[in-house]
Amino acid sequence: MNYNVNEKGYYGDFGGAFIPEMLYPNVAELRNNYLEITRRADFKKEFENLLKVYVGRPTPLYFASRLSKKYKTKIYLKREDLCHTGAHKVNNTIGQILLAKRLGKNRIIAETGAGQHGVATATVCALMGIECIVYMGELDIHRQAPNVARMKMLGAEVRSAKSGSKTLKDATNEAIRDWINNPIDTHYIIGSVVGPHPYPDMVARFQSVISEETKWQLEEQEGRDYPNHVIACVGGGSNAAGLYYHYLNDERVNIIAIEAAGKGIDSGQSAATSALGKEGIIHGSKTLLMQSSDGQITEPYSISAGLDYPGVGPMHAHLFRSKRAEFISIPDQEAMDWGLTLSQTEGIIPAIETAHAFAVLDVRKFGPEEIIVFNCSGRGDKDLSTYIDYFKL
Amino acid sequence: MNRIDKKFKEDKKLLSIYFSAGHPKLEDTLTILEKLESSGVDMVEIGLPFSDPLADGPTIQKSSTQALRNGMTTRKLFSQLENVREKIKIPLVIMGYLNPMMQYGIEKFCQNCQKIGIDGLIIPDLPVDVYHESYKSLFQKYGLYNMFLITPQTPETRINYIDKVSNGFIYMVSSASVTGAKDKFGSPQTDYFNRIAKMKLSTPTVVGFGISNSETYLTAIKHSSGAIIGSAFIKFLEKEGVENIGSFISSIR
Repeated sequence: MNYNVNEKGYYGDFGGAFIPEMLYPNVAELRNNYLEITRRADFKKEFENLLKVYVGRPTPLYFASRLSKKYKTKIYLKREDLCHTGAHKVNNTIGQILLAKRLGKNRIIAETGAGQHGVATATVCALMGIECIVYMGELDIHRQAPNVARMKMLGAEVRSAKSGSKTLKDATNEAIRDWINNPIDTHYIIGSVVGPHPYPDMVARFQSVISEETKWQLEEQEGRDYPNHVIACVGGGSNAAGLYYHYLNDERVNIIAIEAAGKGIDSGQSAATSALGKEGIIHGSKTLLMQSSDGQITEPYSISAGLDYPGVGPMHAHLFRSKRAEFISIPDQEAMDWGLTLSQTEGIIPAIETAHAFAVLDVRKFGPEEIIVFNCSGRGDKDLSTYIDYFKL
Repeated sequence: MNRIDKKFKEDKKLLSIYFSAGHPKLEDTLTILEKLESSGVDMVEIGLPFSDPLADGPTIQKSSTQALRNGMTTRKLFSQLENVREKIKIPLVIMGYLNPMMQYGIEKFCQNCQKIGIDGLIIPDLPVDVYHESYKSLFQKYGLYNMFLITPQTPETRINYIDKVSNGFIYMVSSASVTGAKDKFGSPQTDYFNRIAKMKLSTPTVVGFGISNSETYLTAIKHSSGAIIGSAFIKFLEKEGVENIGSFISSIR
């Protein structure tokens, strides 16, 4: 089976572009150009150079010796938390801003939940001197004040999404509506492997630098370029898509996706889409999503704002349905505890999203000779106030 | 013959009204339909509310949210409309997003529409190519028309393609925007209306989005077969109430 997108924009049963006609020209322009532009030598040169000198790539592939000893297996961390702005998100925003420039766009819009993608977008817009408008749910604006301030410092305008549940999904709706209203001069930088084709594929390609580096870094350190397991947390799924990308069709590599169980899968306060979701349409993509029996999209919950998206990208829906990937969900409490464990075992304070992934070590056995690569997708600075409240630090 | 086709055979310009089912009150659906028909409205789009209506502006978003809060569901709407054809003779179209229809079951949805006497569907997030490939035969089996949108940005070749696969009418979105009222149309709109009129499409065109009053209505129908009013009607309902619908319609034409 092939786990990449097909020529019609589908991953198995999932994907496509279920968009209103008003968006058709925008999305068609992107679809018709993204592969050609990103394959051009001048694009590659500029993209790779910025990843190197601006983002700080390659990020280390770090052998976590104390953690490995504790769990009697070989654990590597792909240090995306060391990227400029503190997470993998910037890999994608650099790629998309360079694409937007080549498409002649002079206005950028983005959606953001916790604010990480908003900050990464505001950053590249400042870098390029392009106008930037970030839609953020009214509730999230209050919950994530430091990132709102960062975006403002970077010169972006943060617009409050007041519709629906006033969170990430509504911010995404508002960004899409803005794009409908501004079809000519505007590019919409989606932050995850979600949305209509070609977004899931395009974002996965920009993030694929993660597994591209992992391959040669593993070769250097282990004498082979593949691990036994790749493990990442999945909200929409962009950091996971990046880590899986070059291993998708390599059956030697087991893929593990970690979702947020929130307060428990059956608690009514969860973001475990693989367990709770049904096939449907969200933000222009056919995928698995959390919804009522009447087809109304429901509001997910997780203690980490980056994982509370009511769907997953279509690639992940396909990996789940085809059983190519194992999906495991981790409740708030275990994730929070792993925030401390990783900090005190390896001296790395992870984002709460990232901490979810590590909790798999307590629920699943790995052999002593097995090599595991975790995507250490983001750093914990943005979550300090949550950690402080939770642990009474 | 489908009621929509019959309507376009009459020698007059259409006035069509959109409202969100379940708004302002859950049980207003039939009363609104009766008032609209008795006020001389030619066709009605019944909005099936959705939590995430991508193509809609603030007014319809708000009315959809309110309708859902009131308890509107697909099942509920079908039960309200069960005997609608005992009274209502004008064409009825259900306008809604794909996800709630998928969850209900597309075939069951179509079957129910036929049973009730719905004439067609408008599904903004069902693209024409996907319809063609996956849904067309099902819709035809149940005698349902599916209407597509075009916008000022739609390329001419695509308009011709949509014209070829359309039945009923083509929904001409007045400008690059989500739904919502405008006070008047500028020259970009009238140029666009003219351009489409000159294409001499085989399917009638009906203009929607941004029609709020007599002036915008008259501009819209000059070069098309009719016009649809949504947001402005919903705002009126909120302010003036269901019982005064007649005065809104008479203010338009």
